[in-house]
Amino acid sequence: MAKQQPRVDAVIVGLGWTGSIMGMELTDAGLNVLALERGEDRTNEDFAYPKPADELQYGIRHTMMQKPKQSAVTIRRNLDERALPQRKLGAFLPGDGVGGAGAHWTGVLIRPTPTDLQLKTFADQAFGKGVLQDDMQIQDFGVSWDELEPHFSFFEKVCGQSGTTGNLNGQIQAGGDPFEGPRSEPYPLPALQDTQNTQMFEKAAKQLGYHPFPNPSANVSRAWTNPYGMQLGPCNYCGFCSRYGCLNYSKASPQTCILNALKQRSNFDYRTNANVTRVELAADGKTATGVTYVDGNGEEVFQPADMVILASYALNNVRLMLNSGIGQPYDPVARTGTVGRNYSYQIGGGINCYFDDIEFNPFATAGATGKMFNDFSPGNFDSAAHGFIGGAKMHSSQASGTPIKTPLPKDAPSWGQGYKDALQKYYGHHMKLSMTGSVMSYRSNMLDLDPTWKDPYGMPLLRMTFDWKQNEHRLSAFMRDRLREIADVLKPDYRDESFNLEGSHFKVTSYVSTHNVGGAVMGTDPSTSAVNRYLQSWDVHNVFVPGGNAFPQNFQANPTDLIAALTYWSAKKIREDYLKNPGPLMSRS
Amino acid sequence: MASQPDNASRRAFLRNSFMMIPAVSLTGGVSLTASADEPAPNLGDYQPAFFSDDEWSFLLAACDRLIPGESAGKGPGALDTNVPIFIDGQMDSPYGHAERWYMEGPYVLDGSPDLGFQYPYTPREVYQKGIAMTQAYCQQQHGKRFEQLDGDAQDRVLQALEANDVDFASLGETQKLEASEFFASLLSNTKEGYLADPIHGGNKHMASWKMVGFPGARASFRDWVDQHNVEYPLGPVSLTGERG
Ligand SMILES: Cc1cc2nc3c(=O)[nH]c(=O)nc-3n(C[C@H](O)[C@H](O)[C@H](O)COP(=O)(O)OP(=O)(O)OC[C@H]3O[C@@H](n4cnc5c(N)ncnc54)[C@H](O)[C@@H]3O)c2cc1C
Ligand code: SF4
Repeated sequence: MAKQQPRVDAVIVGLGWTGSIMGMELTDAGLNVLALERGEDRTNEDFAYPKPADELQYGIRHTMMQKPKQSAVTIRRNLDERALPQRKLGAFLPGDGVGGAGAHWTGVLIRPTPTDLQLKTFADQAFGKGVLQDDMQIQDFGVSWDELEPHFSFFEKVCGQSGTTGNLNGQIQAGGDPFEGPRSEPYPLPALQDTQNTQMFEKAAKQLGYHPFPNPSANVSRAWTNPYGMQLGPCNYCGFCSRYGCLNYSKASPQTCILNALKQRSNFDYRTNANVTRVELAADGKTATGVTYVDGNGEEVFQPADMVILASYALNNVRLMLNSGIGQPYDPVARTGTVGRNYSYQIGGGINCYFDDIEFNPFATAGATGKMFNDFSPGNFDSAAHGFIGGAKMHSSQASGTPIKTPLPKDAPSWGQGYKDALQKYYGHHMKLSMTGSVMSYRSNMLDLDPTWKDPYGMPLLRMTFDWKQNEHRLSAFMRDRLREIADVLKPDYRDESFNLEGSHFKVTSYVSTHNVGGAVMGTDPSTSAVNRYLQSWDVHNVFVPGGNAFPQNFQANPTDLIAALTYWSAKKIREDYLKNPGPLMSRS
Repeated sequence: MASQPDNASRRAFLRNSFMMIPAVSLTGGVSLTASADEPAPNLGDYQPAFFSDDEWSFLLAACDRLIPGESAGKGPGALDTNVPIFIDGQMDSPYGHAERWYMEGPYVLDGSPDLGFQYPYTPREVYQKGIAMTQAYCQQQHGKRFEQLDGDAQDRVLQALEANDVDFASLGETQKLEASEFFASLLSNTKEGYLADPIHGGNKHMASWKMVGFPGARASFRDWVDQHNVEYPLGPVSLTGERG
């Protein structure tokens, strides 16, 4: 018999970005809220200077990230391959501990476009029959730009978003992104400082007729006090940002932006080293009664709650749903079920450019430092002519200049005297031209439970089936050609490139991004979405599932602005309607 | 061309930067293996904690070929910067024990390499097995141990490991550990030791950072970020406050 804790109004599984936001919103509504976090507690003390400035510890050994030992994912590229466990981290780096991945993210805080939210509608208008692969399963999000806009604006104020406004209430503004959806308010803070690479990129992009603008950033450019009264100090371009905790109170994170305010509230509590293994359901399967977790002593504990919020990151949310029997698992052959359906990701590629005589000082940088342009997001160019749907953000970013990870030309020797010579010659003389591309959803890109491998608590691991498809290969080839044109303008002394082109398959061994999305997608049709447009489980009405899992496919940029906006959107509905009258917020028919 | 900062801005910058140089003491979290006033050990006096004497001889010789020292050209080498000490230390870290990794069976050894490593070994075991099989290979090919070969012959052995031309299976390996895997671990750990903060045992006196122009743990560049295409004038500092 599991030990039992006193009942709470709402239990939140995971205390990263989405868990912290939900904690704030539900305590605001007067609920007694408990968050359960599997990892350690982490406060700003843990990030005191100079601790984070340690590339080996954080950049290479992944000290802040999910431990495969505790929660691995098994991976295969197609339904016929045998999935194997990802025994050490590689392609993606989910968070672990208070703050989640939000404590060590980069902080590029960018919105999708209005078109991205209605991609299926757009596709039906813009593409003739047969242009798109027939196993594609793209969908609209089921929520509109106008519905989400206030939530983007609010979260951006929570984070002190720094950047240049491009579209204020429909008026295009100089220096910003002319393709962005209309904002109701300008960026809270001005953009970060330029660096050598961003200036060169901007100049070349403009020369080619594009519309570059500063990467929207959650590394704040100026001192900022957010709506919760939390204070951020101006970023000092420390160069240890992406994969590191911030040593300067400058990177928006659950810690710096929410948790210290939330922890003051008497109706909020949290427990660390509390690994939730499943959501418990009432006998009729229609409501959750609470969650079971394993505490730091290895003891199983039942935590009763009237509401369960799964805020444990996209992949973990889907796994918890599957392990708890919430909703019907997706079957890719019969094309039935929704939990695990439409897992998606992000595709990258780029050209490394080396200049013998230019000093880039890549160590003097913020995580989000960069310039990008949006001329190649859906609707802004004719991708149908090139046989693909989707788009890419084209950019030159410089997240850090730490030496272990510094790139060297592909043809430089990887050891011996030649390696040492190359390191001296090229360190600090490199900039990158990159594309970050959308990935559509497909019949066979999915998540389910692994039949073989289990975690230390005896629960099946999540199995990921994912590969790059023809549409994304074509997108990559198109974007590569555009980046080559930029490189031609810049004329580096040496360049090399890497893209996922036709014939290439997903590799788990090198980092791609921690933008895992889909798997429990939102929508208005219960046969193709696991949660409704308020992120409420269609099947178990007191379970809400905020996270990247809600994306029906991925758009061409970083996910967290949208993840947070959706979380606030869901919380608003909970506060305004659900609490008064708990039950399904949308009917199944 | 990179230019030098003008004198006035350089002076103002230096003044500000020195004020921000770190505290030497650290509390909690990071374990201190060295501090600024405790000099880095001499490689020759060091007693490895993990590697046996025979393994240690191999490691010293191999590191010296992977990143050779001054005699082979400008810049310090792996031995000048205590890289083997770093690797020895890593063997007793969570990394060496694969503490964070998923190490549950069954181990499926015939999957695609793109699905990541699958053999049942921690990095400690990879080194022990990899070194033993490389030595067996050297005996077979040359009748000598690796460290007894001349530099060119050592390079050819390392190249063979890298290209997976040494058949570990025929040397007794049963779990599909491949020569190229062992080599990849050795090479990446060597580079880590060369370029990581000295707190981890290598990069003695931040020599590699000085060589490439990386300022280490300064982590404060608000005064510098707008100096484009200008060489950064200050030497590195380490986590323990050592200055170079
Ligand atoms: C290196 C890196 C760089 C990134 N850069 C960017 C960027 O520039 N821009 C951007 O938009 N996004 C970026 N991201 C992604 C961003 O961090 C995530 O989108 C965001 O943190 C997701 O929020 P979340 O609440 O869903 O998950 P998280 O913030 O990760 O929080 C989930 C929490 O749940 C906990 N948890 C998981 N399972 C359980 C369980 N069973 N029981 C209890 N607790 C559990 C985890 O330990 C974790 O603390 C980056 C990620 C990484 C790793
Ligand atoms: S670059 Fe700025 S925001 Fe990022 S960790 Fe450093 S000080 Fe913090």
